[in-house]
Amino acid sequence: MFGRDEKLSPIRLTAVQYIILAIFLLLAYGLWRLQVVQSGFYSAAAEKNRVRDVPILAPRGRILDREGRTIVDNYPSFTALLLRDSSRDISTDAELIGQGLNMDADDIRERVRKFASLPQYQPIYLKDDITPDELAFIEAHRNELPELDTIMSHRRLYPRNGFIAHLVGYVGEVSEDMLNLPQWEFYNPGDVVGKSGIELQYNQSLMGKNGSRQVVVNSHGKEMGQLEEIPAEPGKPLKLTIDIDLQIAAEQALEGKNGAIVAMDPRTGEILAMVSRPTYDPNALAGRISKTTWAKVTNDPDHPLLNKAIQAQLAPGSVFKIIMATAGLQEGIAKDMKVTCNGGANFYGRYFKCWVVAEHRVHGVVDLTKAIYQSCDVFFYSLAEKLGIERIAKYATMFGMGQKTGVDLPQEVTGVMPSEEWKIRNYKQKWYAGETISVGIGQGAIAATPIQLARAIGAIASGGILRRPHVAFPTDLPNNVVPAAVADEQRIPIDPKNWEIITDAMADVVNPGGTAAMSHLQGIDFAGKTGSAQTISNVLKAKMGAMGKAKFKDNGWFAGVEPRRNPEIVVAVLLEEGEHGYLAARVGAQVIKSYVEKQHRVPSKIAQNQKVDVGAVWTAADADDETLKGGHFVLDVMKSKRAPLAVAAPGLQ
Amino acid sequence: MSRYISFRDFDWLLMVFVLLICGLGVMEIHSATEHTKFAGSHIKQLYWIAAGIGGMFMVSFLNYQILLDRVHWMYVASVASLLSVMVFGHKYLGARRWVKLPGGQHFQPSEWVKLILILAVAKYFASLQQRELTWSDFIKAGAIVGIPMLMVLTQPDLGTALTFLPIAIMGLFLGGLKWKQAAAVLLLGGLMLPVAWFKVLKPYQRERLTSFMNPDADSHGSGYQVNQSLIAVGSGGIWGSSEGSQTHLSFLPIPQTDFIFAAFAEEHGFVGALGVLLLYFVVLMRLTQNAQTAPDRAGTFIVMGVVAVLSFHILVNVGMVVGFMPVTGIPLPLMSYGGSSVLFMFLALGMVMNVRMRRFVN
Repeated sequence: MFGRDEKLSPIRLTAVQYIILAIFLLLAYGLWRLQVVQSGFYSAAAEKNRVRDVPILAPRGRILDREGRTIVDNYPSFTALLLRDSSRDISTDAELIGQGLNMDADDIRERVRKFASLPQYQPIYLKDDITPDELAFIEAHRNELPELDTIMSHRRLYPRNGFIAHLVGYVGEVSEDMLNLPQWEFYNPGDVVGKSGIELQYNQSLMGKNGSRQVVVNSHGKEMGQLEEIPAEPGKPLKLTIDIDLQIAAEQALEGKNGAIVAMDPRTGEILAMVSRPTYDPNALAGRISKTTWAKVTNDPDHPLLNKAIQAQLAPGSVFKIIMATAGLQEGIAKDMKVTCNGGANFYGRYFKCWVVAEHRVHGVVDLTKAIYQSCDVFFYSLAEKLGIERIAKYATMFGMGQKTGVDLPQEVTGVMPSEEWKIRNYKQKWYAGETISVGIGQGAIAATPIQLARAIGAIASGGILRRPHVAFPTDLPNNVVPAAVADEQRIPIDPKNWEIITDAMADVVNPGGTAAMSHLQGIDFAGKTGSAQTISNVLKAKMGAMGKAKFKDNGWFAGVEPRRNPEIVVAVLLEEGEHGYLAARVGAQVIKSYVEKQHRVPSKIAQNQKVDVGAVWTAADADDETLKGGHFVLDVMKSKRAPLAVAAPGLQ
Repeated sequence: MSRYISFRDFDWLLMVFVLLICGLGVMEIHSATEHTKFAGSHIKQLYWIAAGIGGMFMVSFLNYQILLDRVHWMYVASVASLLSVMVFGHKYLGARRWVKLPGGQHFQPSEWVKLILILAVAKYFASLQQRELTWSDFIKAGAIVGIPMLMVLTQPDLGTALTFLPIAIMGLFLGGLKWKQAAAVLLLGGLMLPVAWFKVLKPYQRERLTSFMNPDADSHGSGYQVNQSLIAVGSGGIWGSSEGSQTHLSFLPIPQTDFIFAAFAEEHGFVGALGVLLLYFVVLMRLTQNAQTAPDRAGTFIVMGVVAVLSFHILVNVGMVVGFMPVTGIPLPLMSYGGSSVLFMFLALGMVMNVRMRRFVN
C-alpha cells in the first residue's frame, strides 16, 4: 500500500545514531563528574545529611556546705529546642510555638536570628524546664511542628526565697557579650554558665563537659540509629566553707531588713555565713529567661542582685574607731590619753559634735576603754588630730581598708581609704586638716564593705593576723582556678597588750554601760563595736527637715567577735537605714549566739527545726489530681540527711 | 502471509535487554520502597510489566498497515480523550492529568496519545512523495503534534507535553527537513522563547526550570530535590554505597519513580549506572537497526518515533538526575514505577515488533 517508496535516507538514520551516542556520552560524563571527580564532596554531604550530633548535657556539680550538706542541686527537666535542618520556615511557626510554650513569638524569632551563625545541626534552645502542659503540646504537634523537639537536661535547683542567693549566684545562658571576652572564648552560644557568685567564680570546675551522641536520622529528623556516644563528664561538686546552720540563723536575723551579714572564722579566713538583703530568687533567673524577667530584676530600685556583703561601700562609722584605737595604741599616743567630752569640741576652727548630745548628756572624762564602749566621738576626734591622716591611713591600709579582701567571689569592691595622696590623685586638691577629724570616727570620704570590716576587726582581735576570706576550701579546688591577688595571710605586728586592751573594751560594749548593752549574751564571751554612719551630712539633713530625716536614716553597723581572745568567729553586720548601731549589734548577737550554741551542741532556739524549702520551680496537677512539683527538696537543719528529690518531669525514669 | 509472521522473527535479543532493564528497575523499586508506605510497589510493577508484555504481543500481531489506515480515527479519539481530561479529569497536585477509570485505576491519557502521534506522524511523512519538505508539509506536521501538545500543556503538564516534541522533530528530520527550514524554525523558536517564558509558564514551572542551575540558592525549596539527587548520585562513588542512605533515609524524593536512576546510581555507583546506560544504548541501537530493515517508509518512521521518545525520556530523566536538566517530572522508561509509563513502553515496543515481523513482506 505504502510500498511505493524509495527508502529513507540512510545518512540521516546514521546521523540519528550518532546523536544518540553523543547524548549518552554526555550523560556518562555527567555521571563520571559526580561519582568519580566530586564523589568525596557528595559523600561528605550525604554524611552531613544523615549524621547528627546530639549533645548530652553534663550536670553541673552540686554545691555543698562545710558539712557536705547539699545547698544547690540539679534535677532532670526537659528543655524545648528547635531543630534547624528541617526545611520549615521557623519564623512563621513562631506564633504557634509561642502560644504552646507560653513564650513571646518575637523572642523566638530573636533567638533564631542569634543562632543563625551556628552550624545547621546545632539545635536552638528555646525554653528550659517546660511544664507537663508544654511537653504535651510538643508531643501533640510532632507533625505540624517537626522542628520542635525536646532534650533532657539538668536544671539548677536553688534554695527558695533567695536563701544564700548572693553567695551562690545563679547560672544563665552565656551572652553574646560574654562570648567576646577571652575567658569565655571556648564556650558556645547556648551553654549554661555561672553568671554571678560561686557559680561564676568556680564555673569551670562546676560545669563539667557535655558529651555527644552521633545518631543517624532520616529526612524528617527522626532518629534511626546511633553511631557513637561520648558520655558527658559531670561537673565536680564544690564544698563551701559555709555552715548551713549559721547561714539560716543569719538569714533569719536579717529577714525583713536591708543590709548584709558576714560571719568569718578569723583563724582561717573561712566564711561561715554571708547574707545580703533584699534578695532575689535565683531559680527565676537560672537558665534561659525572658527579657522582661531580667529587666524587672535589674531595674528594681532596691538592687536585689547586689551582694552587699562585698559590694556595699559605705562609711563604717564608729566601727572604724577600733582601727583608730589600734593605731593610737601602737603609736604610743592613746594609752594614757584622757579627753573631757562636753558634747563636742573645736578642731581647726570648726565645732564637731559627739553623738551623745542627742541624748542630752555628755561623756565627761574619757579614756580609751570608755571611748570604745561608750563610742565617744570627742576622744577619737582628738586622737585623729594627734595621729594625722597619714598615720591613720597607714594603719587602716594595713588592715585592708580601701582594697579588695581577695575573697573568692566576683565583683568585690575596694572601698575607699582617704589620704593626702588619695585626695590629690582623685580630686587634684590639697587635704584639709578638718577632714582628718571626720575620718577619725569613720565618716567623711572613708568607705568600707562589711567583709573588709569583718576581716580587719577579726585580725585586730587575733593579734594582727590578717587572713584572706574565702568561701571554697582551697585544697578542694582544681588547678585551673586563678589564684587570688591577695596573700592568704599577712602579719601586722601588734603588741599583745594593745589588742587585749581593745578587745576588753569591746566586750564592755555589750555589757551594762556599753552602747549595745541589750545584746549581752549570758555566758558567752562576746565582744564587739557598734557604729552608725550618716548617709548625708547633718547640715544637709537639717536643711531637708522631716523629709530628709525619714529618707536618709543613718546606717547601723556592728562588728563582733567570740570569744574575745583568739576568736573563732567574727561577724560584721550592716543594717542599711538601721539608725542605731545597737540594732545591728542585736542582729550580730543572734548569729554569734547560734554559733556558740552549735559548738556546744545546744539545740538552737533560732535555727531549730527550720527546714529550708528548696526548689519547686513549677507545680502542676497530673491526671489523678496529684500535685507534681518540678524539682523540690528540703534542707533539714542539724541533720545530715535530706528529703529526696521529687519527681521532676512526668515521664522521666 | 501468515507464514511471515512468526515468533522466529520476533526480536528476542531486544526483549532480553528490555527485560534486563525492567528487572533492574524492579530490584531498585524494591530497595527504595522497603520500609516505606510504598512497600510492595515492585510487585505491582511486575504485574504492569506482565500486562505490558501481553499488550505488546497483541499489538505486534495487528498489522501496522491496518493501524495506519485507521490512524485518523484514533487521532480524533485521542484528542477527545484529552478533552475529557480537561472536563472530567481528576485534579491531583494542582494539575488535571488523570481520569479515574471504572475499575478504580487512574489513567493518564497523555501516555497513549504519544503512541497515536507516532503512528500519525509516520503515516503523514510516509505519504509524502517528495524528498524535500515544503512549508505546508511542515505546518501540517506541526499541527498534528501541536494540537494535543497544547492541550496537555494546559493541564498543565509541561513535561509530558515536551515528550511529544521529539516525535515531530524526528519525523521532520527523517522526512527531509531542509537546513534552511531548520534554521528558520530555530530562529522563530528563539524569538518565541522569551514570550513563552513570561507568558505561558507558571512561576513554579519557571522556578523548577532554573533551580537545577543553582540548587544551593534555595536548598530547602525547589532546589531541594535537585540537591538531594546530586548528593545521592555523587555519594555512590565508583562502586556504590552499601548503605545508600540518601535513598533509604528518604532524603531522595520519590526514589521509585522520577529519581529511580539517582537511587540506582547511589547504590550501585558509577559502574552500575554506566552499565544501565549501556543497556539503554544497546536497546536504542537495536531499534534503529530495526528501523533500517523496515519493509517501508512508514515502518521506519514508526520505529524511529519510538526511538525519539525513548531517547528524549532518557536524556531528560538522567540529565535531571545528574544536574544537567531541570526537574520536569518525566519518568525513566522501563525502570520507573508506574503503570501508564510501563504500558506505553511495551505497546510502543509491540509496534516495533510489528514492523520487524513484517520486514520480509516485500
